[in-house]
Amino acid sequence: MLAYTIRRVLLAVPTLIGISLVTFVIINLAPGDPAQLMTQQIQDPRISNRVYEQLREYYGLDRPIHVRYVEWLGRLVRLDFGTSMSTDNRPVMDKIKERLWPTMSLAILAIGISLTLSIPIGVYAAHRQNGWFDTISGTVLYALYSVPSYVMAVPLILLVGVQWNLLPFQGMKSDDYETLSAAGKAWDLVRHYTLITFCMSFGSWAYYSRFVRQNMLEVLKQDYIRTARAKGLGEKRVVMKHGFFNTMIPMLTLLGLLLPDIIGGSVILEVMFNWPGMGRLLFESILARDYPTVMAISFITAALVLLGTLLADLGYAFADPRITYD
Amino acid sequence: MTDPAPTTSTKRQSQAFWRVAWRRFRRSGRGVAGLLIVLGMLLLSALSPLVATNQPILCKYQGNWHFPAIVEIFQSRTARSHWINKAPPFNLPQFDAKAHAREFEFALWPLIPYHEYEQTVNFLQPPSSRHWLGTDELGRDVAARLVHGTTVSVKVGFVSMGIAVLIGVVLGAAAGYYGGWVDVLISRLIEVVICFPTFFLILSIMIWLEPNIINVMIVIGLTRWTSIARYARGEFLKIKNSDYVMAARALGIGHTRIMFRHILPNSLAPVLVTVTFGIASAILIEAGLSWLGFGVQAPAPSWGNMLRTAYDTLRIAPHLVYPPCVAIFIAVLAYNLVGDAFRDAIDPRVHRD
Repeated sequence: MLAYTIRRVLLAVPTLIGISLVTFVIINLAPGDPAQLMTQQIQDPRISNRVYEQLREYYGLDRPIHVRYVEWLGRLVRLDFGTSMSTDNRPVMDKIKERLWPTMSLAILAIGISLTLSIPIGVYAAHRQNGWFDTISGTVLYALYSVPSYVMAVPLILLVGVQWNLLPFQGMKSDDYETLSAAGKAWDLVRHYTLITFCMSFGSWAYYSRFVRQNMLEVLKQDYIRTARAKGLGEKRVVMKHGFFNTMIPMLTLLGLLLPDIIGGSVILEVMFNWPGMGRLLFESILARDYPTVMAISFITAALVLLGTLLADLGYAFADPRITYD
Repeated sequence: MTDPAPTTSTKRQSQAFWRVAWRRFRRSGRGVAGLLIVLGMLLLSALSPLVATNQPILCKYQGNWHFPAIVEIFQSRTARSHWINKAPPFNLPQFDAKAHAREFEFALWPLIPYHEYEQTVNFLQPPSSRHWLGTDELGRDVAARLVHGTTVSVKVGFVSMGIAVLIGVVLGAAAGYYGGWVDVLISRLIEVVICFPTFFLILSIMIWLEPNIINVMIVIGLTRWTSIARYARGEFLKIKNSDYVMAARALGIGHTRIMFRHILPNSLAPVLVTVTFGIASAILIEAGLSWLGFGVQAPAPSWGNMLRTAYDTLRIAPHLVYPPCVAIFIAVLAYNLVGDAFRDAIDPRVHRD
């Protein structure tokens, strides 16, 4: 198992280098660079040209692209993502750290909610296959699964946020957040999280429920379920212990594979809800051609995705002793 | 060089396979409903001027019969056509058919008598009997734009998945058929592309390229081929050791011919299921990109653009929200229904006849 893990980690290195190389080339070949975007406001061409050249030199953009890439790799080894090429000139790590929590908390909440809701729904629907609950939940979940998150978000914002005026839909905190009491702060956060969390989670919730149901149906047909019933075990015990635990394996892979979707899908939602997360930071950095920030976020995301798939594969072997990798 | 026997037998077999699949597909009510919606959207996108344009479909004007909306179908799809030269005064930018409406001896107007670019002075009006779904911020008819937005989604869905199929099938086939270092190399490439959050990759490329519908289609095609390649690889791995491939090889048939004439037709079904779901996701990506401003550019109508307008004018024009949302939902739902029914139809385990 250890040898397998090490081999996978070593294999991830060329993958990550490939991803970072492609990202570096794409973002650097995009028309416009940070120096140009910063100087385009200056009216006098002589001044703007001089400032432009100075800025390019300051950011090191006057050197060839392969030199800059090798330099970026060299800094990466020391886990240094460089300094942002925007007007705030802050280290990229600091910028990401402050955006990490809003995105991660959303992802954790979304996965947690969809799992806690989907497992009982899926198990119950499979247990009473073709019953009224199965039929209704199947139809509703199918429809929900076909609604993209941001298409659900706009009508929700309109109804809940604007017309009924129940919940805020911009940002993570109210303007007067600092003046609130501790309980008021918590309540304010909950209110801001509600809409965006729902929009992020309902799709995977619907998908999981269908997934759990389908796997349960397959497991419940197995011989050992009949054996368990024949032994005279209670229905609850048969369904939960003998049935549900055996559907855990495919669920683990799914969790690992869902990670990129949740992170990648958050760009539009974060822009829509003005959420101070990584997705919006990425979007803004791409627009501002803030090369170091774009590189850092895409690299971290890709590394997380690789980690997710690795954990899923290891979880596989952990949950099912029949699977070994050595 | 080619012995006709194996080819014909493969052909007959695969025809039977498709007939069985179709028979099972037809039995699924949801799948048929989805297929009908998809066909309806295809038809609507091909003939959108017949449903929504500012000229009559058929009219008698100054003693002559004209078919302006039908000519517009050709005009908006292909730049040159002898139909347009025959059409004056209709289909010329300076001719306003509505201003001459009283002079027509007979006129059959489209259901929605507005062009998708036609601006009126009624800005942001709620639905009324004149504008069924209201008007947007430039006074354009929302229903007309919705109808013409279908064209964008159909184009994006089919063209981008066409590109993805080309890349995915060729790479997947090579990986599965040759194995060895080719397989290692291509599998690694697939892994690299999968690990990119697709939307981020597309976004960065769209900033590099000029945002328009052709680039959107190319970029989606270039990034969404991985699952197709994986399915194709799996199928080729399975089939390459079967007897008929062995027979073909014994007959001295070249690798390319074996791959594309003998194995590919028998491995197409699972790939096509992936493609159906891929079309739905391509429509979603296009709408998302257009929402962010990197997809189809205004004034061209696309559901993503319309959703963006709705989002920007949320407080003053709530009626703009629902039409594009419902359209995207129905399109995605239809492709998902077709994909699910199709998958069940070709799955031997669901086989119950």
